[in-house]
Amino acid sequence: MSRKDHRFTESPVLKDQLASWRIHFVSALIFGALLALVGRAFYLQVINEDFLQERGDARYRRVLEIPASRGKILDRHGETLAQSTPMRAVWATADAKLDKEQLKALSDLLEMDPRQIEKKLVGDKSFIYLKHQVPPEAAARIAALKLPGIQMDREYSRFYPAGDMAAHMVGFTGKEDKGQEGVELAFESRLIGTNGERTVIKDRRGQIVEEIGSERPPQDGEDIQLAIDSKIQFIAFNALRNAIDKFNAKGGSVIVADIKSGEILALANWPTYNPNNRSQLSGGQLRNRAVTDSFEPGSTMKPFIAALALDRGKYKFDSIINCAPGKMTIGSATISDAHPHGALTLAQVIQKSSNIGATKIALGFPSEDMWTMFSKLGFGKPVGLGFPGEVGGRLRPWQTWKPIEQATMSYGHGISVTVVQLAHAYSVFARDGDVVPLSLLKTNGAVAGNTVFAPETARQVRQMLEMVVSPEGTAKKAAVPGYRVGGKTGTAHKLVGGRYANKYLASFVGIGPISEPRLVVGVVVDEPVGGHYGGDVAGPVFSEVMGGALRTLGVPQDQDSTPAALRATVETPAAKAAPLAVAAAKKGGGH
Amino acid sequence: MRRTNLLLIVVLLVSAIGVISSHHQARKRLQALEQERDRTNNLEVEFGQLQLEMSSWAAHTRIERIAREKLGMQPPDMKKVQKLGGGQ
Repeated sequence: MSRKDHRFTESPVLKDQLASWRIHFVSALIFGALLALVGRAFYLQVINEDFLQERGDARYRRVLEIPASRGKILDRHGETLAQSTPMRAVWATADAKLDKEQLKALSDLLEMDPRQIEKKLVGDKSFIYLKHQVPPEAAARIAALKLPGIQMDREYSRFYPAGDMAAHMVGFTGKEDKGQEGVELAFESRLIGTNGERTVIKDRRGQIVEEIGSERPPQDGEDIQLAIDSKIQFIAFNALRNAIDKFNAKGGSVIVADIKSGEILALANWPTYNPNNRSQLSGGQLRNRAVTDSFEPGSTMKPFIAALALDRGKYKFDSIINCAPGKMTIGSATISDAHPHGALTLAQVIQKSSNIGATKIALGFPSEDMWTMFSKLGFGKPVGLGFPGEVGGRLRPWQTWKPIEQATMSYGHGISVTVVQLAHAYSVFARDGDVVPLSLLKTNGAVAGNTVFAPETARQVRQMLEMVVSPEGTAKKAAVPGYRVGGKTGTAHKLVGGRYANKYLASFVGIGPISEPRLVVGVVVDEPVGGHYGGDVAGPVFSEVMGGALRTLGVPQDQDSTPAALRATVETPAAKAAPLAVAAAKKGGGH
Repeated sequence: MRRTNLLLIVVLLVSAIGVISSHHQARKRLQALEQERDRTNNLEVEFGQLQLEMSSWAAHTRIERIAREKLGMQPPDMKKVQKLGGGQ
C-alpha cells in the first residue's frame, strides 16, 4: 500500500457518525476531574495550609523548653535558706521489658527493691513513675544503661540548709515546686520563674542541626532576701529550745526585730519540723505560732497604760497610787495582786507589776481613749507580714466594754495578741513614741513610724522597763551583762473552754540597749511546768537572746559589766601589755 | 560562547560546593555550641549543689557542736570579759 493511498480524511472509522452526547460526556468528565484537582489543591494550599504546615514541621521541628529555676531564699548576709536543685523523675512505659541483669542495675541505682520495680512494671498502665527525686549522678548512670522504655523527666527538689531552725519562717514547697507555707507561699509570685523556649530542627539521631527563629530566654525566679540573720536566728532558736526543755513546756515563740528599720532578725517557734524531711508532720509542728496564735498577753500590756497616763499628763513618773490592800472589787468581780503592795509610784506599778495599780490608772480614762491607743499600737489587726494564716488577735470595739473589762484589759486579759504584735507595739518605747512597721524582707535603713506617744513619754517608760530587770523588779533574770536592757514580764492564765485554767503562758517583751535602743525581743513560753512566772521562764530566754543578738550586731556595751574587784586585777596586766604591744609593732615594721 | 558556558559551569560548581561546606560548618559549630550549653547547665547545677553543700557544712548547729564537743570550747563568762577602749 503506497502512502498516497492512505487518506486520513477518508478513514472508514471516521465515516461512522458518532452520537454527539459521547463527546460531550467525555469532555465534561475530563473538565470535572480537572476542577476537582484544582479544588483539592486550593483546599490543601489555602484553606488547610496551617494545619498541614504544622504537621509537616512536626516531623522534624522540635520546640524545646528551657527550664527556669525557682528563686532562692537568702538571709540578710546572703546565706542560703532555701534553694532548688534539679533532680530527675524516672518513669517507665508499657514496653519496658527488662531482663534480670538490667533490673538489678536499675534497682541498685534507684536504691529500690527489685521486686518493687517488677511489680510496678507488670501493671498494665502505659505510664508509671518508678521514683521521684533521683539525684543527677544516678540519673546519668541510668541513662547510660539505655534501658528500653525507661525515661526521665526533669524536676526540682528544694533544700533547706537551715533545717528546723527557720522552718516556720521559710516554709516549704509542695508538689511541682509550688510554695505551701511561710515565705515560700507568701512570696510565691516573685519566686517562680517562667520557662523559656526555643525551636530547633533535629535530625534522625536526635541531634540539633538548626535553630529556627529566635529563642525565648527563661526567666529565673527572683531571689528573696529576708531580713533574718542566721546567727541571731540560731541563738533565738537554741535559747527557746533550752527553755522549753527545762520547763517541759508545750511550745513557744521568740521574735527579734531591729527597731530602726523594722526588720525581723529572727523568728523561732517550737515545736518545729525538718523541712527537708516532712514524712511525719502534724498540724501543731507546722503552725507558725508567732503569727497564727493569739493569746491573752497578761502584764506585758501594763506599760501601755502607764504610757497613756504619762502622755495625757494625768500622772507623773513618781505619782503615788495606792495599791493596798492588794484586792479590789469592781461590780461582782474581784481583782487581786499576786503579791499585795502598799502605795506605789507609777514606775513601781510597772516594776512590781501591780494589777490594782494598772486598773486604777485605766479606769481614769474613757474606754474610747484606751481603744484608740491599742488600735494605733496595732492590736486587733494583723501586722501584715504576708504570712499565711496571720491573725490580728481580738480587740473588741470600745462601745461594748464594761468597766470590769476595761480593768482586766489594763493588765492584759480580755484582749488577745500575737507575739509579733507585742514586739511591734513595744517598738513604740524603743523609738521615742512611734511604732515601726515590721518587715520580713531586708530593707534599706531606717523607716518612719506612726506616732502614738510623745517622745518624753517613751523615754520615761523606757526607764520603768529598765527598773523591771533590776534586782527589785519582777525579772532580774532578764538582765543582760554588759548592756542596759528593759522589758516587761507577763504571766497569764490560759483560757481553756472559756474559763481560766491553771495553765500559764509566760512571756517577756523587752528592748535594749536602753541608752540607744536597737532591738526589741519578744518571748512566749506556752504551759511551762515547774515555774510559771514570766520573769523566771521567759526572762532568761530574753537575756540570752538579747545579749547574743546585741553582741552579734556589734552594738557597743553601755554598761560596765566588770565587777569592781576583778577590774583592779585585770587592769594592771593590760596596762603592762600595752607598751609591749607597741614595741612589738615597731619591731615588725608595723602595717 | 562555549568558553563562557564552561566558565559558568565551573563557577556554579564552586559555589555549590561552597554552600555545602558552609552548611556543614554551620552544623558542626552548632553542635559545639550545644555541647557548651550543656556544660554550662551542668556547671550551674554543680555550683548550686556545692553551695548547698557549703551551707550544710557551715551550719551553725554543726559548728557549735564541733566547737563544744571536739574542741571543748564554751562562750566566755561575762564576768571574765573585759571591754577595751571606750575611754578606759
